[in-house]
Amino acid sequence: MKDIKLVNNPYGDSKVIDACSIFGAMDTSGKRFSGVGVIKAIANMHLRGNGLGGGLAVYGLYPEYPEHYAFHIMYLSDQGKCETEAFLKDKFDVAFDETVPTRPIPAIVNPPLVRRYFLKVGKHNPEGQSEDDYVVERVMDINTKLCDSFVFSSGKNMGVFKGVGYPEEIGEYFRLEEYEGYLWTAHGRFPTNTPGWWGGAHPFSILDWTVVHNGEISSYGINKRYLEQFGYHCTMQTDTEVIAYAVDLLVRRHHLPIDVVADILAPPFWSEIQRLPAERQILLRTLRQVYGSLLLNGPFTVIIAHQGEMIGLTDRIRLRPLTVGTKDNMLYLSSEESAIRLICPDLDRAWIPVGGEPVVGNLAHPLMSQKVGAAGRTG
Amino acid sequence: MAKKVTAQTDNHVARLDATGVYYRDLNAQIKKLAADSAHRIELSNVCGQRYIGTDIESTVEIDITGTPGNDLGAFMNGPRIIVHGNAQDCCGNTMNEGEIIIHGHAGDIMGMAARGGKIFVRDDVGYRAGNHMKEYKEKKPVLVIGGTAQDFLGEYMAGGVLVLLGLDLEPGENHKANFIGTGMHGGVIYLRGTVEDYQLGKEVGTAELDDKDKAILKELVNQFSSYFGKDSAKILNHKFIKLYPRYLRPYGRLYAY
Repeated sequence: MKDIKLVNNPYGDSKVIDACSIFGAMDTSGKRFSGVGVIKAIANMHLRGNGLGGGLAVYGLYPEYPEHYAFHIMYLSDQGKCETEAFLKDKFDVAFDETVPTRPIPAIVNPPLVRRYFLKVGKHNPEGQSEDDYVVERVMDINTKLCDSFVFSSGKNMGVFKGVGYPEEIGEYFRLEEYEGYLWTAHGRFPTNTPGWWGGAHPFSILDWTVVHNGEISSYGINKRYLEQFGYHCTMQTDTEVIAYAVDLLVRRHHLPIDVVADILAPPFWSEIQRLPAERQILLRTLRQVYGSLLLNGPFTVIIAHQGEMIGLTDRIRLRPLTVGTKDNMLYLSSEESAIRLICPDLDRAWIPVGGEPVVGNLAHPLMSQKVGAAGRTG
Repeated sequence: MAKKVTAQTDNHVARLDATGVYYRDLNAQIKKLAADSAHRIELSNVCGQRYIGTDIESTVEIDITGTPGNDLGAFMNGPRIIVHGNAQDCCGNTMNEGEIIIHGHAGDIMGMAARGGKIFVRDDVGYRAGNHMKEYKEKKPVLVIGGTAQDFLGEYMAGGVLVLLGLDLEPGENHKANFIGTGMHGGVIYLRGTVEDYQLGKEVGTAELDDKDKAILKELVNQFSSYFGKDSAKILNHKFIKLYPRYLRPYGRLYAY
C-alpha cells in the first residue's frame, strides 16, 4: 500500500480535501468511443481521490464476443489461478482466455495478475435455472470458496478495469485508450471505512451491472444480510458492493423498472409520502414494507450502468454532488461540472438534479424526463 | 496539471490562461498579481481549480471564464469575482468581505457559513444555500438568487439576508424546495412568490414585508438587475413573503434534560 502521507498532500499543510470522484459518459446513439476523454475528465478531479483506488467500466467493449460472459478475474497467487481455471473449465465452455494486457508504470505497485475469460454456460446449468442465475452463483463460488481469486467483472460485451492507483493511472496501466465503448463510467477513490485494495476499487459489478459510488452506505449491514437471502455474498470489503447486487436483484430478477428501484433505494420521506396521491402512497408504502431492507441510508451519489443504460442517483437529501450535462447524443454525469466541460465545453445543457430522482439515459431514450425541477434548468 | 502559469499585465489588468494549471500554482499567481497592484485579473479556461479568491487582502476584481472549482471565494476577504459560467459547490464558503457575481447557476451549499460580503447568482442554486450564514454588527452577508433553490435553503441560518427571486419559474409554478429554513435562528429570507407551509422548517415564521424590508429588498434587486440586465421594477412588482426565525435558540433544549 502506498504511504498516504506521501501521495495525499505534498504541501504538508494538513489540508485534506478528498472525496470520491465519479464520472460517466454515454453516447445514446450507441456509437463507440475511446476512453481517452473519460480518463481526462476523471483525472481533472484527481484531488478528490488519494490514489488508493481507481477504475472504469466500459460497455460495448467486446463486440467479437457479444454473447459470451466476459469474466475479469484478479489472482493474488498462482494457486488461486490453478484452482479457479480448473473450476471454470469444469463449469463453463471456455471460448477464449488471456492475460489482460497491461503497461507497467511506476505508479502501479505490486499488481495482481488479471486475466479474462469468455465463457458460455452451454449445458452446464441445471434445468430450470437461467444462465444469468447460474453465472451469479459461480461468481459467488469463486469469490467465497476459491482461494486468492476475485471475479470483478462478469457481464456480456462489457468489462471492469480497476485497482489501487488513481483512475488515470489505472487507465494507463490497462491501456484503456486502446478500447472503445458507447458507455464509460469512472471512479477515483478516497477510501473511508475500508482498506484500499484491488478488489475494493470501484466499479463494483455483477453480470453487466456496474456501480461507482461517492459516499458511504450506513445501512450496509442490513442491506448485506438481506441480499444474502438471495444468494449474494459480499466479499470486496466495501459498502458499494451491495448496490450492484441490489440492482441485479430488483431489475433482473424482480423485473422492476428503474424509477421504482430509485423509490426503493432512495425513498421519499414519510412526510412527503403523506402528501402524495393515494395510488402513489400505496406503491411507496408497499415498497417500504417489502424492500425496506434495501433502503440505502447515508450519503451517496452513484452512477449505475448496465447494457444500454446509465443511471445517476443521489440520496434523497443529496449529501453528495451530481451534475448532468448533455450535448447532442452524449449524456454526462459527474461529481463536478468542470470535468464535463473539460471534454465537452459547449454543452447543450448542464444542470443539477434533485436528490433521490434518477437521471436515466438509455439507447431508446437519450434522456428520460425528470419528474421534478432541477437547478440550472435554463442552461 | 503541472503547467506553469504566466500572466500578461497591461495597465493594471492581468490576463491568465488557466488551461491545465494546478490550482495551487494558479492561486499563488493570483495572489502575487494582486499584491503587485493589478486592479483586475482576467482568468480564461478555468476548469475546476479550487479556492480562487481565497487568501487575497485586496479589492481586486477577478473575472473568470470557464467553470471554477469548489470553494470559489472561500474565506474571501475583499475581492470581487465575476464568473461567466456556472459555479460548483461551496461557493463563498465562510466569506467575510467582497462580492461574487455568477452569470449561471451555482452548486450546493453556496454561501455556507458566510459572515459578510455578497453573492449574486443569475440562475438556480443547489441544496443548502446560505447554510448557517451569520451576522455580527455591520457584518451582514447577502445572497441574491435569481432562479430557484433546491432543499434546505437557509438551513441553520443565523444571520444575513437571503433573497430568492424565482425568475425562471413558469407562471403559476411554485418554488419546489422543502425544508426551507430548517433550524433557522437569525437573519431573514425574502422569497418572491409563495410556498406551502409544509415546505418550511418548523422554526420559520411567515410575514408580509414592512417598509424597512421593502427598502432592503429594493436595493438588492436593483443591484441584481444591474448585474444581469433585468428589469428591477418588474421583478419587484410581484408578491414577496418574508421568512423569519421564530426562535432565537430552536434547539436550546434538544440535548438538555
